[in-house]
Amino acid sequence: MEDPLAQTVRLEGARILATLIRTVGDLGIAEDAVQEATIAALRDWPASGVPESPRAWLTVVARRKALDLIRREGLRDRKEREATELFDQTAPEPTPEPSAAALPDDQLRLIFVCCHPTLAPEARVALALRTLCGLGVEEIAAALLTSEPAMAKRLTRTRQKIKQAGIRYRVPTAEELPARLAAVCGVVHGLYTAGHTRLTGDALIDVDLCAEALRLARLLRGLLPGEPQPEALLALLLLTEARRPARLGTDGEPVLLADQDRSRWDASAIDEGLRLLAGSLDRTGGQADPYQLQAAIAAQHAIARTAVETDWPEIVRLFDLLMSVQPGNTPAALGRAVAVAEAYGPAAGLAALDTLDARTPDEHDHRRLAIRAELLARTGRFADAAASMRRSLAVPLPEPDRAHRLRRIAAWELGGEKEGREGRRPAG
Amino acid sequence: MLYAALIYTPDLDFSEPENASEWLPQYAAFRAEAEKHIAGGKALAPTATATVVRVLGARGGEVVVSDGPYAETKEALTGFYLLDCADLDEAVALAAKIPGAWHGAIEVRPVASFSQPQPE
Repeated sequence: MEDPLAQTVRLEGARILATLIRTVGDLGIAEDAVQEATIAALRDWPASGVPESPRAWLTVVARRKALDLIRREGLRDRKEREATELFDQTAPEPTPEPSAAALPDDQLRLIFVCCHPTLAPEARVALALRTLCGLGVEEIAAALLTSEPAMAKRLTRTRQKIKQAGIRYRVPTAEELPARLAAVCGVVHGLYTAGHTRLTGDALIDVDLCAEALRLARLLRGLLPGEPQPEALLALLLLTEARRPARLGTDGEPVLLADQDRSRWDASAIDEGLRLLAGSLDRTGGQADPYQLQAAIAAQHAIARTAVETDWPEIVRLFDLLMSVQPGNTPAALGRAVAVAEAYGPAAGLAALDTLDARTPDEHDHRRLAIRAELLARTGRFADAAASMRRSLAVPLPEPDRAHRLRRIAAWELGGEKEGREGRRPAG
Repeated sequence: MLYAALIYTPDLDFSEPENASEWLPQYAAFRAEAEKHIAGGKALAPTATATVVRVLGARGGEVVVSDGPYAETKEALTGFYLLDCADLDEAVALAAKIPGAWHGAIEVRPVASFSQPQPE
């Protein structure tokens, strides 16, 4: 768990960064300056006490560090003069604090730069974690399963592209907004998904990407309150996150949705998610976007008091709508097959999965094989089920998931003893 | 800022009448629309006319000349523009109007600036 002081420092640091970039005109220098200021805060505050306005304290220190950095990097000419002038202009009072009015605009500008469509998707996620969440390079590398030097290099290249290719810090025009907003929401959603299905559960540095994604979704929704997409995204994340307390058993093994203790779901997150979803749907007048549809699916689970009360035909209908707007969404196709099986029986579910088989195997293939195994077992084909589950183990998996699948195989192989006499089907 | 918009399309000979009648009016329309941003640009003759020149070792070394484009690829450099734009967003929006964008793809590259400090 991150300690509260460290978290305050990190989040206040991320907040002042947006404004500092405008002042110094350089993302890298602003980032380094804020980092040095937060290190100073973590060193001084435990002894001196938290200052009355942490933000003002960090701002003053970060500005001084930025000026030092500009000098140290030997940008002595025009640039330093410009920066000094800017500092003087924007720092008339002894304790300058970024004006509350300018902050939202600065943050929006930074968000739209970090999630610019001309940056590589992985670079957007990394930069968002660095600048919007204030995470260190080491933490980002751990969270995104790469090495620290590789991450540092990626961040440096990304900053260079922003600067040299002329990506400007500005809020998109109304005309550009839908496409640009989709890119931003994609970064936040990707971050949440990465946290939700992270490949290793035993990283040394545990960064809660889901919490960071939720924070960003809230920030975005707060900055653009009239837009339906961030509202639907926040609804989706809340409705998914609400189930988190029940998702893992006492020994860390995944608990299937049907077996989860629904009293452990976060009722206030569900309420908020449902309210946001309704608000978002009102704004779009019934023409649903992918986040609204995914949130509506999560909502169907959230409002079912028991697993058997789940309205599976409605969930199938929502998945059909989702697939009609996102035909290439493989996780959605897998979710749909599960819903079809629940609504209309395992044979129908298997038929739905078979339409996916023709596609090139991708990173979701292990999930397809695992789902197929469960559905085969339900039709009594235990040997086939075990074979399919075995094939699903060919990729690296989080240890609890791997253990769960191995237990299923063991159970089916026991069940398959009886079946053996009736003639086992060939594997695969 | 100056950007190069490098046009990569299937190899194209603009001197052939059917190519000329298909593409030249579209490029003329782009030129008319983007006039104030166009700081330069040319269409290139087909890759069959290309020659690659290398000097081995260092300056003054042996000159090796060979036939053909630098790289044999499905899509070739068939033309370029120099675009004067406020920022990358504007350059991308303009590039999307170059006919080569729907015939192939446009690579948008900022022109190097030497007044900036050297990269880290």
